[in-house]
Amino acid sequence: MATIGFNEIYFLLQGLKWTIALTIIGFIGGGIFGLLVALARTAESKLLRRATTGYIAVFQGTPLLMQLFVVYYGVALVGLNVDAWLAVAIAFTLHASAYLGEIWRGGIQAVPKGQTEAAKALGLHYVSRIKDVILPQALKISLPATIGFLVQLIKGTSLAAIVGFVELSRAGQIVSNQTFRPLTVFAIVGLMYFLICWPLSLWGARTERRLQTAAR
Amino acid sequence: MSYSLDFSVVIERLPELLIACLATIGLAIAGMALATVIGVLGVIARRSRFSAVRALVIGFVEIIRNTPFLVQIFFIFFALPQLGIRLNPTVTAIIALALNGGAYAIEIIRGGVDAIPKGQIEAGLALGLHKAQIFRFIVLKPALRAVYPSLTSQFIMLTLTTSVCTSIAAYELTSVAQKIEADTFRSFEVYFSITILYLIISSLMMGVFALISRISFSYPVK
Repeated sequence: MATIGFNEIYFLLQGLKWTIALTIIGFIGGGIFGLLVALARTAESKLLRRATTGYIAVFQGTPLLMQLFVVYYGVALVGLNVDAWLAVAIAFTLHASAYLGEIWRGGIQAVPKGQTEAAKALGLHYVSRIKDVILPQALKISLPATIGFLVQLIKGTSLAAIVGFVELSRAGQIVSNQTFRPLTVFAIVGLMYFLICWPLSLWGARTERRLQTAAR
Repeated sequence: MSYSLDFSVVIERLPELLIACLATIGLAIAGMALATVIGVLGVIARRSRFSAVRALVIGFVEIIRNTPFLVQIFFIFFALPQLGIRLNPTVTAIIALALNGGAYAIEIIRGGVDAIPKGQIEAGLALGLHKAQIFRFIVLKPALRAVYPSLTSQFIMLTLTTSVCTSIAAYELTSVAQKIEADTFRSFEVYFSITILYLIISSLMMGVFALISRISFSYPVK
């Protein structure tokens, strides 16, 4: 049995770097598209609403792993010769856009109707109505669920390991195979995820409590 | 370089895939049933008089909810043999699903139990019911009914998570698909098709959950 020294920990930290990079790309990309999804989902056009409802249902009704596989092999199929990590990043962006879209849809619909009517009465046009009146309130309401999804996304990036992408989980598997110490290695890997996710979870729970007291 | 889609391999091996769907559904049902048991027991333990028991439950819930399922299943499958516990892939998958689903179930059911008004429990005491009866009829049943929507959507997530069990080569839909992919090299066709199968499975489950809710929770509330 080999020991776990500086090199092994360094290798795991390299994996952790990719886990964080994938999460940030997925969250920012998913945030931008998710906002469009949420707006389309609450739009006046019936067609837009139907299309985005279907989009969300497909992503929430299929495993993330399948979404990764389909996008991974799908981008190669349409002739795009892209890097593996870009394909994975596209998959996480699409996945996050559906979930964030649904979360923010809930937030937008939770803003009282009178707000929209008041904004219309003041003569605000669509962009200003959404940007200055509805979204600030909607995003505040959806903050706990958004943080919850961020934690889910961090954990979800581990599935990129199954596609062969070397992030934290895959790095753990490699180190475990080299050192024959799965117990220690997976405990360290688990601890690394925990140290990132737990503070976020606590923050999410705190914002939720604050929102509940404010609502009373 | 041109590539033409060819779904004939999928159609040819559809029987294999459909049987694998049953395995996936079986894993999911076993996971859900055990997760519900863990959820209820966990909620009871979380109300224990002993602070050590309460801390243990909270620790379990936080560890499971803040680490990926993949790492959990790897830990059970690869790390436990080092301690002398060796399990086959299917048993490992069921245990991992049960523990993961159980942690979420504890949190969800606890939310419902905490929301039960105190007066309801006092009314039970006044009627002379004993503690177990009060917990079962006055606390647990209405709580489960209140959290049923969140619990079932968590269970749908659990069903989708079964696909990760392919990483330890447990027998289920994704691992069968990976075998077919390795035989035929029709990666996109295979994964696209089983994505649809998963969509059908999760839709069916949602339907069944709605039916269960109509049958068992149809007594009047207010």
